[in-house]
Amino acid sequence: MSTLAHVFEAEGLATVTLGSQRNQIANTAPPRGLWCDFPLGRPLGKPGDAEFQHRVLAHAFGLLGATEPVFETFAESIEDDGSEVLACPLPPRHDPDAHPAVDEVRGLRPAYDRAVARYGNRMGAGRVVDADHIADAVEALVRVATGTGWKEAGIPGVPARVAQDVRGYYETAALGLADHAPGAWAGTRWFFDHTEGGKVLLAAREAMRAAGVKQPIWFYMAPGDR
Amino acid sequence: MADRHVKAMTADIETPVFDTTAFTTPRPLRECTVAIVTSASLHHPEDDDFAPSDTGYRMLSAARRDYVMGHWSPNFDATGFALDINTVFPIDRLDELAAQGVIGGVADEHLAYAGNQFDLSGVRLDSGPAGAKQLVANGVDVVLLTPV
Repeated sequence: MSTLAHVFEAEGLATVTLGSQRNQIANTAPPRGLWCDFPLGRPLGKPGDAEFQHRVLAHAFGLLGATEPVFETFAESIEDDGSEVLACPLPPRHDPDAHPAVDEVRGLRPAYDRAVARYGNRMGAGRVVDADHIADAVEALVRVATGTGWKEAGIPGVPARVAQDVRGYYETAALGLADHAPGAWAGTRWFFDHTEGGKVLLAAREAMRAAGVKQPIWFYMAPGDR
Repeated sequence: MADRHVKAMTADIETPVFDTTAFTTPRPLRECTVAIVTSASLHHPEDDDFAPSDTGYRMLSAARRDYVMGHWSPNFDATGFALDINTVFPIDRLDELAAQGVIGGVADEHLAYAGNQFDLSGVRLDSGPAGAKQLVANGVDVVLLTPV
C-alpha cells in the first residue's frame, strides 16, 4: 500500500496512507502515513461505527497540511487478544449417514442465506465454489484428511482458494447466527476451533503437509499462525 | 490465535526502500476530489477475480455498493468488511464529507489492487503509474490508501 503512495505522489497525486502493521508502514515510509493499531482487515477500525471511522479519516486528511513527509499514530487502538469467540448455535445432526462436517454445511445454509440477504455476498462462497457446492468441497477435504492424495481427492480448485470459500461460507453463516457485530477474528476462531468444517480443513492441511506436498499448496489454506 | 500473532508473523517481511520521497502539495481539501485506493483486492461481481500474483487493478464505481473481497491471503479478518464495507472502503464516509463540504467531491471511480505481493516491480513500474494516470485524468487530487 505504501509503495503505491510513493508512485502516486510522483504522478502528481497527494496521498494519505493508512497502515495496520506498524513495521511495514514505518519502513516503507509513505509521504503521509497514519498507523492505526487496529486488527488486520479493519483499517477504519470499527464496522458500523461511522463516528469512529470519521475520526480516523479526520486524522488522516489532517496530514495533508504537512509540508514534508509525515508519519503519525492514531490515538485510539483496538486490540484483539484472541479471547472473543462467536457463540453461534450449530445445527443439530440431520443426516446420520453424512460426515458431520458435510451435515453441518447443509444445516448452516439458512443462516448463510440470511446473512447474504442482509449484507450481500461480500466474502462468502463463490470464488471457485458456490454455496450449493460447499458440501462437495468439504467431502473432498474429508477424503484428503483420511489419506487420499490431494490431486486425487476431487478438490474443486486451488486448495487455498477452495479453503477460502469454505471459511467464507462459515464466517458468513456466523453473521446470520450472531446477535451482534463480532470482533475481528471471532468468526475465524469459531470456524477453526468449534466447527466440524474447520476441523476437517485443518486436518486436510496437516495431511498435505505430512505427505510432503509443497508448502505454498497447503500453507495458505488457513491463517499462517495455525 | 490472535491478531497480534498474525502481525508478528508478517512484521519482518522485507519492505521496499525509496531513496527519495515524492511529495505533492494539494489544494485545500475542500476543493479536492478524493479517491480511495485499496489493496484489499475488491472488485465488482462481474469483474475478473484477482490471480495470486496479480499486480493489476480493478475499477470500483462510486455509484455501486456491490464490492466483493477477492484477496488470496488468509491472514486478515474479512468479517468487518462483510458487515460494513466502510471498514475497508469508506465510500459512504467520503460521501458524507462531501455533503458537509469538508472535501470537494468524491471520485466517480476508485481503484483496488491486490496486496501481499512479493514482487512489487510490476506495481512500481506498470500498474501503479497507470492507475495514477487514470485517476489524474478523472480529476482526482487526493488519494486515501487503505490496506487490509
